[in-house]
Amino acid sequence: MAKIIVITSGKGGVGKTTSAAAIGTGLAQQGHKTVIIDFDVGLRNLDLIMDCERRVVYDFVNVIENDATINQALIKDKRVDNLFILPASQTKDKDALTIDGVERILSELSESFDYILCDSPAGIEQGAYLALYFADAAVIVTNPEVSSVRDSDRIIGLLQSKSRRAEKGDTPVEEHLLLTRYNPERVEKGEMLSIEDVKDILAIPLLGVIPESKSVLAASNKGIPVILNDQSRAGKAYADAVSRFLGKDVEHRFIEPEKKGLLRRVFGR
Amino acid sequence: MGILNYFRSRDKGSASIAKERLQIVVAHERLQRNQPDFIPQLKREILDVIAKYVQVDQEDISVSLDKSENCSILELNVTLPSA
Repeated sequence: MAKIIVITSGKGGVGKTTSAAAIGTGLAQQGHKTVIIDFDVGLRNLDLIMDCERRVVYDFVNVIENDATINQALIKDKRVDNLFILPASQTKDKDALTIDGVERILSELSESFDYILCDSPAGIEQGAYLALYFADAAVIVTNPEVSSVRDSDRIIGLLQSKSRRAEKGDTPVEEHLLLTRYNPERVEKGEMLSIEDVKDILAIPLLGVIPESKSVLAASNKGIPVILNDQSRAGKAYADAVSRFLGKDVEHRFIEPEKKGLLRRVFGR
Repeated sequence: MGILNYFRSRDKGSASIAKERLQIVVAHERLQRNQPDFIPQLKREILDVIAKYVQVDQEDISVSLDKSENCSILELNVTLPSA
């Protein structure tokens, strides 16, 4: 039985796909057979972030409509063993995903995978709803910024009331807060919500804090999940978050302003 | 004093305003989220009935539902204008 994890946020542009790519890659690196499914029908992007856009032949909707088998649609990552991608369709039909179709494919994948990551689209419409409906765990990607925190709270409300686990009265969906684009220097100056501020408001456990970093854009430019860049602070922070997800006790890094030496203070940079 | 003020002024950044605003809006939205779907409709219909007799605004009426273990209490507050 696979564990189904939804990567969600409500708001767009906070780093869902970046996080799905990084966490999925991290889980596979740890030896767990992992598939990342792009639920953003019509606005497929996971393929670009994972550098497999030219290898897409069949997609999620083709499999739901029985035009292809799952194995025909799955793309095996060339860098990391145990890692597969199921790309979204570029169809304009918003209702191409059905609850029965999604359930059938998740249960089929469940037989051979350890983790199924559902990369949710932004918003709270059908695609986002289906991405979270079957989840066992949720990673709520949030920026330290008012609109992102508010939208995250709405998504947490949906997880607690509209997910299958909520409807059936099972144990609730595990909730994990992933704070991205965090800038400790600005937090210290009082310009940005702190980790504690966001935790106070959302009241869910913290999985990780990803510092704002140039390496994130560089990674998406190249189609290499940032977690594969072990020199980058964001990459290391994602690796820590994956370890925590797997139950290890890892201290949070990169949450305090970098200490500049005297020379750097004087000469800048 | 100058040094103290310098440190104090740091606390007054926009982040604290953001947190206050968020706490208020999130608390408000959580209350609405937990209410059953029929409450807004119920509120409108009650308002229509009352409006037959006195002039009231949407803001003058509040409906809330409290759940305890084995019963729910529907609380209705209507502020009538003093004649």
